[in-house]
Amino acid sequence: MDAIIENLPTFLGGFWTTLQLLLLSGAGALVLGTLVAAMRISPVSALRVFATVYTEILRNIPLTLVLFFCAFLLPYLGVEFPYFGFAVVGLTAYTSPFIAEAIRSGINGVALGQAEAARAIGLTFGQTLRLVILPQGIRMVIPPLLNVIIALTKNTSVAGAFFVVELIATSRQIINIRGDATIAILLAVAVFYLIITVPLGQVAARLERKVAVFR
Amino acid sequence: MSTNVLFDVPGPKARRRSLIVSIVATVVLAVGIVLLYLTLAAPRVSANGIESPGMFDPTRWDIITDGRMWNAILVRGLLMGTLRMAAVAAVLAVLFGVLFSFARTARAKWIRIPAAVLLDFFRGMPVLLLMLFILLVFATGSYWAGVAGLAIYNGAIIGEALRSGIQSLPKGQRESGLAIGLTPVQTRLRIEFPQAFRQMLPIIIAQLVVLLKDTSLAYIIAYPELLNIGLRQLPTTYGNRYFFTFFFIVLVVYLTVNLLLSWLARIVAHRTSSGAKSSKTKGTPAPRGVDTAAMNAVMPDASGPGQT
Repeated sequence: MDAIIENLPTFLGGFWTTLQLLLLSGAGALVLGTLVAAMRISPVSALRVFATVYTEILRNIPLTLVLFFCAFLLPYLGVEFPYFGFAVVGLTAYTSPFIAEAIRSGINGVALGQAEAARAIGLTFGQTLRLVILPQGIRMVIPPLLNVIIALTKNTSVAGAFFVVELIATSRQIINIRGDATIAILLAVAVFYLIITVPLGQVAARLERKVAVFR
Repeated sequence: MSTNVLFDVPGPKARRRSLIVSIVATVVLAVGIVLLYLTLAAPRVSANGIESPGMFDPTRWDIITDGRMWNAILVRGLLMGTLRMAAVAAVLAVLFGVLFSFARTARAKWIRIPAAVLLDFFRGMPVLLLMLFILLVFATGSYWAGVAGLAIYNGAIIGEALRSGIQSLPKGQRESGLAIGLTPVQTRLRIEFPQAFRQMLPIIIAQLVVLLKDTSLAYIIAYPELLNIGLRQLPTTYGNRYFFTFFFIVLVVYLTVNLLLSWLARIVAHRTSSGAKSSKTKGTPAPRGVDTAAMNAVMPDASGPGQT
């Protein structure tokens, strides 16, 4: 226990980096994912094909490989960022297709009749989406989106292997000093992750139940 | 919902407009790809004035005819590294999942509540942390640390999916099982569990695809799998000028294996959901009539590979 109390500032530093990774790449992925989802359902077929290919490719390669690309190949190609920036770019890119799919499945979850009715009274594509589909879709989208964010929280740990000193990397540093307290240190790291993931998961589950009743 | 309900069958004007936008978008995308290609192909000069050839220069690609390289990638990396770890972890994960789901739905409080806490604990932390924990605390070596980490984490998720499957069954199933004289355990094993398992099969398979993807995390704990061999060992053996080539090969191998598995998962999902629970959309078979709260905790889209 004293190993944790001694190194609490270091832990908090790592936790703060993890939080920053989460917030920045979460925001980035939300923007990018919404764009991709919009492309995926748009009337322009070129955009649809692009969005589909983008989603399928990024969802099917491991995050480690994405971060590897960001941390080792981007600098080689002349992109200059701190490693933190590369990690944010990688996590954003990796998370965006999952956000896009969550949004798309929310839109798909709105009953077909709603869209048909909207079309029948003469609303355009934009109006249908803005006034009928999205207001209903959004409430079904929020719980899965939260789950994507939870997964992102856990995924930030991979950045620790690519020169970003977040929680996992911090714990490795501390273990190097205090090898006698390995178990306590790793459990402390677990607690830090649970502080983020458990409340988010409960909010998601509660919202989900609410939406299920509504449906 | 098929997307084309969102807009009318386009008339001549809209068709022309759509065609123009389509062409513009295609051109923009094509220009982007060409630019990317040119950036990659351009030779670059390093700080000390040494010029290295572009990424598509033949000197960087002569390696692809080397049989030993392919042997290292496909046999040592993919088969003996990644797939061996994934296969053992998958079997254990399903086993853990079944056990977890039984514990989670047990009637005795002293089993159910600790099981629920434990499941939340495992689901709420990164796989990497589990692997590190097992590696450092139990000193198992990287292979078993990877296998155990993946098995516990994915087992917890599969267990949660099976639990929601069991709980979503109509009450009558259990009641009639008990009514014909089966014991509670028999009812669970022979009536409820098989139905829950079939219902959740698409999710379980999708989770196994995730598991395969996550074997790449074992790279971080220095296990020689595809990524480690392809991007660490091989560039050391053959020289760094092949780095991009190896990256490309590893990428293609991962994509091929994962897309194949996802495709398989999709077929199974369709087959199992072809009954009453068929979904409305191609490609997103979101099982209906189940406790979606727990399911979405597993993944937002049951058909494709998930995130973690």
